[in-house]
Amino acid sequence: MVAMVLIVIMLIAALVAAALKDLLGAVVVATLVSLITAILFYFLQAPDVAMAEASIGAALETVIFVIAIRKTERFEDK
Amino acid sequence: MNFLYANTYYIAAFGLIFIGLYIVMAKRNLVKVIIGLSFVDSGINLLLISIGYIKGGTAPIFSRPDISPLKMVDPVPQALVLTAIVIGVAVLALALSLVVRLYQEYGTLDIRKIRGLKW
Amino acid sequence: MRKIIALILLAMLLWGISKPISNIPFGMNKINVAKHYITKDISETGAANVVTSVVVLYRGFDTLGEVTILFIAAIGLASILYLPKKRVPDNPPVEDSSLILRTGCRFLFPLILLFGTYIFVHGHLTPGGGFQGGAIIASGFALMSLSCKERILSTVRLGVVESLAGLTFVTVGLIGLATGGYFLLNFLPKGTLNMLFSAGIIPVIYVAIGFKVGSELAGIIGNLMERTQ
Repeated sequence: MVAMVLIVIMLIAALVAAALKDLLGAVVVATLVSLITAILFYFLQAPDVAMAEASIGAALETVIFVIAIRKTERFEDK
Repeated sequence: MNFLYANTYYIAAFGLIFIGLYIVMAKRNLVKVIIGLSFVDSGINLLLISIGYIKGGTAPIFSRPDISPLKMVDPVPQALVLTAIVIGVAVLALALSLVVRLYQEYGTLDIRKIRGLKW
Repeated sequence: MRKIIALILLAMLLWGISKPISNIPFGMNKINVAKHYITKDISETGAANVVTSVVVLYRGFDTLGEVTILFIAAIGLASILYLPKKRVPDNPPVEDSSLILRTGCRFLFPLILLFGTYIFVHGHLTPGGGFQGGAIIASGFALMSLSCKERILSTVRLGVVESLAGLTFVTVGLIGLATGGYFLLNFLPKGTLNMLFSAGIIPVIYVAIGFKVGSELAGIIGNLMERTQ
Protein backbone atom coordinates (compact mmCIF):
# COMPACT_ATOMS: atom_id res chain seq x y z
CA MET A 1 0.00 0.00 0.00
CA VAL A 2 2.77 2.41 0.96
CA ALA A 3 4.72 1.18 -2.04
CA MET A 4 1.90 2.10 -4.42
CA VAL A 5 1.66 5.66 -3.07
CA LEU A 6 5.43 6.09 -3.42
CA ILE A 7 5.39 4.72 -6.97
CA VAL A 8 2.66 7.18 -8.02
CA ILE A 9 4.65 10.09 -6.52
CA MET A 10 7.79 8.90 -8.32
CA LEU A 11 6.10 8.70 -11.75
CA ILE A 12 4.48 12.12 -11.34
CA ALA A 13 7.87 13.58 -10.36
CA ALA A 14 9.48 12.07 -13.46
CA LEU A 15 6.80 13.70 -15.66
CA VAL A 16 7.35 17.04 -13.91
CA ALA A 17 11.09 16.77 -14.58
CA ALA A 18 10.33 16.25 -18.28
CA ALA A 19 8.14 19.34 -18.47
CA LEU A 20 10.07 21.95 -16.48
CA LYS A 21 11.96 24.66 -18.35
CA ASP A 22 14.24 25.50 -15.43
CA LEU A 23 17.08 22.95 -15.48
CA LEU A 24 17.97 23.41 -11.82
CA GLY A 25 14.40 22.51 -10.82
CA ALA A 26 14.50 19.46 -13.08
CA VAL A 27 17.67 18.23 -11.35
CA VAL A 28 16.11 18.63 -7.91
CA VAL A 29 13.07 16.61 -8.96
CA ALA A 30 15.39 13.95 -10.44
CA THR A 31 16.99 13.65 -6.98
CA LEU A 32 13.53 12.95 -5.57
CA VAL A 33 13.07 10.15 -8.12
CA SER A 34 16.42 8.64 -7.12
CA LEU A 35 15.58 8.79 -3.41
CA ILE A 36 12.24 7.05 -3.89
CA THR A 37 14.05 4.38 -5.93
CA ALA A 38 16.36 3.85 -2.93
CA ILE A 39 13.33 3.40 -0.63
CA LEU A 40 11.82 0.88 -3.09
CA PHE A 41 15.08 -1.05 -3.06
CA TYR A 42 14.74 -1.33 0.70
CA PHE A 43 11.18 -2.65 0.34
CA LEU A 44 12.48 -5.32 -2.04
CA GLN A 45 14.84 -6.62 0.72
CA ALA A 46 18.11 -5.30 -0.76
CA PRO A 47 19.88 -3.08 1.82
CA ASP A 48 23.27 -3.05 0.02
CA VAL A 49 21.76 -1.71 -3.17
CA ALA A 50 19.61 0.83 -1.29
CA MET A 51 22.71 2.25 0.39
CA ALA A 52 24.58 2.42 -2.92
CA GLU A 53 21.71 4.13 -4.74
CA ALA A 54 21.18 6.67 -1.95
CA SER A 55 24.83 7.64 -1.62
CA ILE A 56 25.93 7.48 -5.26
CA GLY A 57 22.77 8.08 -7.25
CA ALA A 58 21.07 10.70 -5.13
CA ALA A 59 23.98 12.66 -3.67
CA LEU A 60 26.92 12.57 -6.09
CA GLU A 61 24.91 12.74 -9.32
CA THR A 62 23.13 15.88 -8.09
CA VAL A 63 26.45 17.55 -7.24
CA ILE A 64 27.86 16.72 -10.68
CA PHE A 65 24.71 17.98 -12.43
CA VAL A 66 24.66 21.27 -10.50
CA ILE A 67 28.34 21.91 -11.29
CA ALA A 68 27.67 21.26 -14.99
CA ILE A 69 24.63 23.58 -15.01
CA ARG A 70 26.71 26.28 -13.35
CA LYS A 71 29.19 26.13 -16.22
CA THR A 72 26.49 26.26 -18.92
CA GLU A 73 23.05 27.83 -19.06
CA ARG A 74 20.31 27.54 -16.49
CA PHE A 75 17.14 27.87 -18.59
CA GLU A 76 16.22 25.59 -21.42
CA ASP A 77 15.59 27.91 -24.35
CA LYS A 78 16.23 31.62 -24.54
CA MET B 1 -7.15 -4.12 -10.55
CA ASN B 2 -5.72 -7.42 -9.39
CA PHE B 3 -3.15 -7.10 -12.17
CA LEU B 4 -2.11 -3.71 -10.75
CA TYR B 5 -1.70 -5.08 -7.26
CA ALA B 6 0.28 -8.11 -8.35
CA ASN B 7 2.96 -6.39 -10.46
CA THR B 8 3.30 -2.87 -9.06
CA TYR B 9 7.10 -2.95 -9.20
CA TYR B 10 7.18 -4.04 -12.84
CA ILE B 11 4.84 -1.20 -13.79
CA ALA B 12 6.98 1.29 -11.87
CA ALA B 13 10.19 0.14 -13.54
CA PHE B 14 8.68 0.19 -17.03
CA GLY B 15 7.08 3.59 -16.45
CA LEU B 16 10.43 5.06 -15.44
CA ILE B 17 12.18 3.52 -18.46
CA PHE B 18 9.58 4.88 -20.86
CA ILE B 19 9.59 8.39 -19.43
CA GLY B 20 13.38 8.38 -19.65
CA LEU B 21 13.34 7.15 -23.26
CA TYR B 22 10.75 9.78 -24.19
CA ILE B 23 12.97 12.53 -22.76
CA VAL B 24 15.99 11.21 -24.69
CA MET B 25 14.06 11.03 -27.98
CA ALA B 26 11.98 14.18 -27.95
CA LYS B 27 13.76 16.92 -26.01
CA ARG B 28 16.21 19.44 -27.46
CA ASN B 29 18.40 20.56 -24.61
CA LEU B 30 21.48 18.43 -23.96
CA VAL B 31 21.38 18.56 -20.16
CA LYS B 32 17.76 17.42 -20.18
CA VAL B 33 18.70 14.48 -22.42
CA ILE B 34 21.27 13.45 -19.83
CA ILE B 35 18.68 13.71 -17.04
CA GLY B 36 16.53 11.34 -19.11
CA LEU B 37 19.49 8.96 -19.41
CA SER B 38 19.77 8.82 -15.61
CA PHE B 39 16.05 7.92 -15.43
CA VAL B 40 16.63 4.99 -17.80
CA ASP B 41 19.47 3.80 -15.54
CA SER B 42 17.34 3.91 -12.40
CA GLY B 43 14.46 2.16 -14.13
CA ILE B 44 16.59 -0.73 -15.39
CA ASN B 45 18.16 -1.26 -11.95
CA LEU B 46 14.70 -1.34 -10.36
CA LEU B 47 13.54 -3.91 -12.93
CA LEU B 48 16.53 -6.19 -12.25
CA ILE B 49 16.07 -6.18 -8.49
CA SER B 50 12.32 -6.71 -8.68
CA ILE B 51 12.85 -9.81 -10.85
CA GLY B 52 14.94 -11.38 -8.09
CA TYR B 53 12.35 -10.91 -5.35
CA ILE B 54 10.71 -13.88 -3.64
CA LYS B 55 7.48 -13.53 -1.67
CA GLY B 56 8.16 -13.81 2.05
CA GLY B 57 11.91 -13.69 1.56
CA THR B 58 14.40 -11.81 3.70
CA ALA B 59 17.64 -9.95 3.08
CA PRO B 60 20.64 -12.14 2.20
CA ILE B 61 22.75 -11.54 5.31
CA PHE B 62 23.41 -14.06 8.08
CA SER B 63 22.82 -11.54 10.84
CA ARG B 64 21.29 -13.99 13.29
CA PRO B 65 22.40 -17.61 13.57
CA ASP B 66 18.92 -19.02 13.06
CA ILE B 67 18.02 -17.63 9.66
CA SER B 68 17.18 -20.47 7.33
CA PRO B 69 19.25 -20.02 4.18
CA LEU B 70 16.48 -21.09 1.82
CA LYS B 71 14.23 -18.17 2.72
CA MET B 72 16.49 -15.48 1.30
CA VAL B 73 15.97 -13.44 -1.82
CA ASP B 74 18.23 -13.90 -4.80
CA PRO B 75 21.66 -12.31 -4.16
CA VAL B 76 23.01 -12.48 -7.73
CA PRO B 77 20.94 -9.60 -9.22
CA GLN B 78 21.90 -7.45 -6.23
CA ALA B 79 25.59 -7.95 -6.92
CA LEU B 80 25.11 -7.06 -10.60
CA VAL B 81 23.05 -3.94 -9.83
CA LEU B 82 25.69 -2.75 -7.34
CA THR B 83 28.19 -2.67 -10.19
CA ALA B 84 25.69 -1.09 -12.59
CA ILE B 85 24.93 1.87 -10.31
CA VAL B 86 28.59 2.87 -10.08
CA ILE B 87 29.11 2.49 -13.83
CA GLY B 88 26.01 4.64 -14.41
CA VAL B 89 27.39 7.57 -12.47
CA ALA B 90 30.79 7.30 -14.18
CA VAL B 91 29.17 7.43 -17.64
CA LEU B 92 27.04 10.40 -16.57
CA ALA B 93 30.12 12.33 -15.40
CA LEU B 94 31.89 11.69 -18.71
CA ALA B 95 28.81 12.77 -20.69
CA LEU B 96 28.52 15.99 -18.70
CA SER B 97 32.16 16.82 -19.29
CA LEU B 98 31.47 16.49 -23.04
CA VAL B 99 28.47 18.82 -22.67
CA VAL B 100 30.57 21.45 -20.89
CA ARG B 101 33.19 21.26 -23.63
CA LEU B 102 30.55 21.58 -26.37
CA TYR B 103 29.17 24.68 -24.66
CA GLN B 104 32.63 26.22 -24.63
CA GLU B 105 33.02 25.64 -28.38
CA TYR B 106 29.55 26.46 -29.75
CA GLY B 107 27.99 28.75 -27.15
CA THR B 108 24.64 26.97 -27.17
CA LEU B 109 23.16 23.70 -25.95
CA ASP B 110 20.46 23.22 -28.59
CA ILE B 111 21.09 20.09 -30.60
CA ARG B 112 19.61 21.57 -33.76
CA LYS B 113 22.31 24.22 -33.81
CA ILE B 114 25.30 21.98 -33.09
CA ARG B 115 25.68 20.46 -36.51
CA GLY B 116 29.00 21.54 -37.87
CA LEU B 117 31.30 18.54 -38.15
CA LYS B 118 34.53 20.20 -39.13
CA TRP B 119 36.99 18.01 -40.94
CA MET C 1 5.92 15.82 -35.01
CA ARG C 2 8.92 14.38 -33.22
CA LYS C 3 6.92 13.78 -30.06
CA ILE C 4 4.24 11.81 -31.91
CA ILE C 5 6.80 9.55 -33.56
CA ALA C 6 8.49 9.00 -30.16
CA LEU C 7 5.17 8.02 -28.59
CA ILE C 8 4.35 5.57 -31.39
CA LEU C 9 7.78 3.92 -31.11
CA LEU C 10 7.41 3.61 -27.34
CA ALA C 11 3.98 2.02 -27.71
CA MET C 12 5.46 -0.58 -30.07
CA LEU C 13 8.26 -1.23 -27.60
CA LEU C 14 5.77 -1.74 -24.78
CA TRP C 15 3.78 -4.24 -26.83
CA GLY C 16 6.94 -6.13 -27.75
CA ILE C 17 8.32 -6.38 -24.21
CA SER C 18 5.13 -7.32 -22.41
CA LYS C 19 5.06 -10.84 -23.84
CA PRO C 20 8.36 -12.19 -22.38
CA ILE C 21 7.90 -10.38 -19.06
CA SER C 22 4.53 -12.01 -18.50
CA ASN C 23 6.34 -15.35 -18.27
CA ILE C 24 8.20 -14.16 -15.14
CA PRO C 25 5.58 -13.80 -12.42
CA PHE C 26 6.43 -11.50 -9.59
CA GLY C 27 7.67 -13.12 -6.41
CA MET C 28 7.90 -16.74 -7.48
CA ASN C 29 10.63 -19.12 -6.43
CA LYS C 30 13.25 -19.08 -9.15
CA ILE C 31 16.56 -19.77 -7.47
CA ASN C 32 18.90 -22.19 -9.18
CA VAL C 33 22.43 -20.79 -9.20
CA ALA C 34 21.80 -18.78 -6.05
CA LYS C 35 21.00 -21.92 -4.06
CA HIS C 36 24.66 -22.91 -4.26
CA TYR C 37 25.82 -19.41 -3.31
CA ILE C 38 23.55 -19.16 -0.28
CA THR C 39 23.94 -22.63 1.21
CA LYS C 40 27.68 -23.00 0.67
CA ASP C 41 28.62 -19.43 1.55
CA ILE C 42 29.72 -19.84 5.17
CA SER C 43 31.68 -23.01 4.58
CA GLU C 44 33.53 -21.71 1.51
CA THR C 45 34.16 -18.07 2.34
CA GLY C 46 33.23 -17.33 5.95
CA ALA C 47 31.56 -13.98 5.22
CA ALA C 48 28.19 -13.15 6.75
CA ASN C 49 27.12 -10.89 3.89
CA VAL C 50 26.26 -13.08 0.88
CA VAL C 51 26.19 -10.16 -1.58
CA THR C 52 29.74 -9.19 -0.59
CA SER C 53 31.08 -12.69 -1.14
CA VAL C 54 29.34 -12.85 -4.53
CA VAL C 55 30.80 -9.50 -5.60
CA VAL C 56 34.37 -10.10 -4.39
CA LEU C 57 34.95 -13.86 -4.52
CA TYR C 58 32.52 -15.63 -6.78
CA ARG C 59 32.35 -12.84 -9.38
CA GLY C 60 35.57 -11.04 -8.56
CA PHE C 61 36.65 -10.67 -12.16
CA ASP C 62 33.57 -8.61 -13.00
CA THR C 63 34.46 -6.27 -10.13
CA LEU C 64 37.93 -5.86 -11.61
CA GLY C 65 36.34 -4.92 -14.94
CA GLU C 66 34.08 -2.39 -13.26
CA VAL C 67 37.01 -0.77 -11.45
CA THR C 68 38.70 -0.49 -14.85
CA ILE C 69 35.66 1.26 -16.32
CA LEU C 70 35.68 3.81 -13.49
CA PHE C 71 39.37 4.42 -14.11
CA ILE C 72 38.81 4.98 -17.84
CA ALA C 73 35.94 7.38 -17.16
CA ALA C 74 38.07 9.45 -14.75
CA ILE C 75 40.95 9.59 -17.24
CA GLY C 76 38.60 10.52 -20.09
CA LEU C 77 37.06 13.33 -18.09
CA ALA C 78 40.44 14.76 -17.13
CA SER C 79 41.70 14.62 -20.69
CA ILE C 80 38.57 16.19 -22.27
CA LEU C 81 38.72 19.18 -19.94
CA TYR C 82 42.47 19.61 -20.36
CA LEU C 83 43.83 23.10 -20.75
CA PRO C 84 47.52 23.88 -21.32
CA LYS C 85 49.22 25.78 -18.55
CA LYS C 86 49.28 29.23 -20.13
CA ARG C 87 45.55 29.22 -20.92
CA VAL C 88 44.23 28.41 -17.45
CA PRO C 89 41.43 30.94 -16.87
CA ASP C 90 41.39 33.14 -13.81
CA ASN C 91 38.24 32.36 -11.92
CA PRO C 92 36.24 35.46 -11.10
CA PRO C 93 36.62 36.29 -7.41
CA VAL C 94 33.98 34.46 -5.39
CA GLU C 95 32.99 35.80 -2.01
CA ASP C 96 33.73 33.75 1.09
CA SER C 97 31.12 31.36 2.38
CA SER C 98 29.33 32.28 5.58
CA LEU C 99 30.59 31.56 9.08
CA ILE C 100 28.11 28.75 9.71
CA LEU C 101 29.21 26.88 6.59
CA ARG C 102 32.91 27.23 7.36
CA THR C 103 32.58 26.09 10.97
CA GLY C 104 30.21 23.29 10.06
CA CYS C 105 32.57 22.04 7.36
CA ARG C 106 35.55 21.94 9.71
CA PHE C 107 33.48 20.06 12.29
CA LEU C 108 31.79 17.60 9.96
CA PHE C 109 34.62 16.61 7.63
CA PRO C 110 36.46 14.19 10.00
CA LEU C 111 33.13 12.66 11.06
CA ILE C 112 32.16 11.96 7.45
CA LEU C 113 35.57 10.38 6.78
CA LEU C 114 35.18 8.19 9.87
CA PHE C 115 31.70 7.09 8.84
CA GLY C 116 32.82 6.17 5.33
CA THR C 117 35.79 4.20 6.68
CA TYR C 118 33.54 2.30 9.10
CA ILE C 119 31.25 1.27 6.25
CA PHE C 120 33.93 -0.18 4.02
CA VAL C 121 35.92 -1.87 6.78
CA HIS C 122 32.85 -3.81 7.96
CA GLY C 123 31.78 -4.74 4.46
CA HIS C 124 31.66 -8.48 5.06
CA LEU C 125 29.56 -8.26 8.24
CA THR C 126 26.91 -5.60 7.67
CA PRO C 127 25.29 -4.11 4.56
CA GLY C 128 27.81 -1.86 2.96
CA GLY C 129 31.16 -2.34 1.35
CA GLY C 130 33.75 -0.57 -0.73
CA PHE C 131 31.53 1.29 -3.18
CA GLN C 132 29.18 2.81 -0.65
CA GLY C 133 31.97 3.82 1.75
CA GLY C 134 34.01 5.34 -1.08
CA ALA C 135 31.04 7.42 -2.24
CA ILE C 136 30.52 8.79 1.27
CA ILE C 137 34.18 9.77 1.49
CA ALA C 138 33.90 11.52 -1.88
CA SER C 139 30.90 13.51 -0.69
CA GLY C 140 32.96 14.60 2.31
CA PHE C 141 35.58 15.94 -0.09
CA ALA C 142 32.88 17.69 -2.11
CA LEU C 143 31.72 19.45 1.06
CA MET C 144 35.26 20.55 1.76
CA SER C 145 35.80 21.98 -1.71
CA LEU C 146 32.55 23.95 -1.44
CA SER C 147 33.11 25.75 1.81
CA CYS C 148 36.68 25.64 3.16
CA LYS C 149 38.45 27.61 0.49
CA GLU C 150 41.88 27.52 2.10
CA ARG C 151 42.29 23.78 1.55
CA ILE C 152 41.93 23.08 -2.14
CA LEU C 153 41.65 19.52 -3.45
CA SER C 154 45.00 18.46 -4.85
CA THR C 155 44.22 16.30 -7.84
CA VAL C 156 47.80 15.04 -8.11
CA ARG C 157 47.74 13.43 -4.66
CA LEU C 158 44.30 11.94 -5.31
CA GLY C 159 45.66 10.40 -8.50
CA VAL C 160 48.55 8.79 -6.63
CA VAL C 161 46.22 7.27 -3.98
CA GLU C 162 43.89 5.94 -6.65
CA SER C 163 46.68 4.29 -8.64
CA LEU C 164 48.17 2.65 -5.54
CA ALA C 165 44.78 1.25 -4.51
CA GLY C 166 44.16 -0.20 -7.96
CA LEU C 167 47.62 -1.75 -7.93
CA THR C 168 46.85 -3.40 -4.55
CA PHE C 169 43.76 -5.08 -5.96
CA VAL C 170 45.63 -6.58 -8.90
CA THR C 171 48.57 -7.61 -6.69
CA VAL C 172 46.31 -9.53 -4.29
CA GLY C 173 44.82 -11.37 -7.25
CA LEU C 174 48.25 -12.19 -8.66
CA ILE C 175 49.42 -13.53 -5.28
CA GLY C 176 46.42 -15.84 -5.40
CA LEU C 177 47.50 -16.96 -8.86
CA ALA C 178 51.05 -17.62 -7.64
CA THR C 179 50.21 -19.61 -4.52
CA GLY C 180 47.14 -21.52 -5.63
CA GLY C 181 45.57 -22.30 -8.94
CA TYR C 182 43.67 -19.31 -10.18
CA PHE C 183 43.41 -15.53 -10.06
CA LEU C 184 41.83 -14.16 -6.85
CA LEU C 185 42.17 -17.38 -4.88
CA ASN C 186 41.26 -17.04 -1.23
CA PHE C 187 44.65 -17.60 0.41
CA LEU C 188 44.13 -16.02 3.86
CA PRO C 189 42.51 -18.08 6.65
CA LYS C 190 38.77 -17.95 6.97
CA GLY C 191 38.40 -17.42 10.71
CA THR C 192 35.18 -17.58 12.69
CA LEU C 193 31.90 -16.08 11.55
CA ASN C 194 31.06 -12.45 12.44
CA MET C 195 34.57 -11.49 13.51
CA LEU C 196 36.35 -8.50 12.00
CA PHE C 197 39.41 -10.43 10.81
CA SER C 198 37.65 -13.22 8.98
CA ALA C 199 36.56 -14.16 5.47
CA GLY C 200 39.95 -14.38 3.82
CA ILE C 201 40.89 -11.68 1.35
CA ILE C 202 37.50 -9.91 1.34
CA PRO C 203 38.42 -7.11 3.84
CA VAL C 204 41.72 -6.45 2.05
CA ILE C 205 40.09 -6.08 -1.35
CA TYR C 206 37.24 -3.99 -0.01
CA VAL C 207 39.65 -1.56 1.69
CA ALA C 208 41.47 -1.16 -1.62
CA ILE C 209 38.20 -0.63 -3.51
CA GLY C 210 37.01 1.90 -0.91
CA PHE C 211 40.14 4.01 -1.29
CA LYS C 212 40.01 3.76 -5.04
CA VAL C 213 36.38 4.70 -5.54
CA GLY C 214 36.56 7.52 -2.98
CA SER C 215 39.59 9.19 -4.47
CA GLU C 216 38.29 8.67 -8.01
CA LEU C 217 34.93 10.35 -7.44
CA ALA C 218 36.55 13.17 -5.47
CA GLY C 219 38.98 13.65 -8.36
CA ILE C 220 36.08 13.81 -10.84
CA ILE C 221 34.39 16.55 -8.81
CA GLY C 222 37.66 18.45 -8.40
CA ASN C 223 38.39 18.29 -12.12
CA LEU C 224 34.91 19.52 -13.04
CA MET C 225 35.12 22.46 -10.65
CA GLU C 226 38.60 23.69 -11.32
CA ARG C 227 39.49 23.09 -14.93
CA THR C 228 36.66 25.03 -16.46
CA GLN C 229 35.71 28.64 -16.03
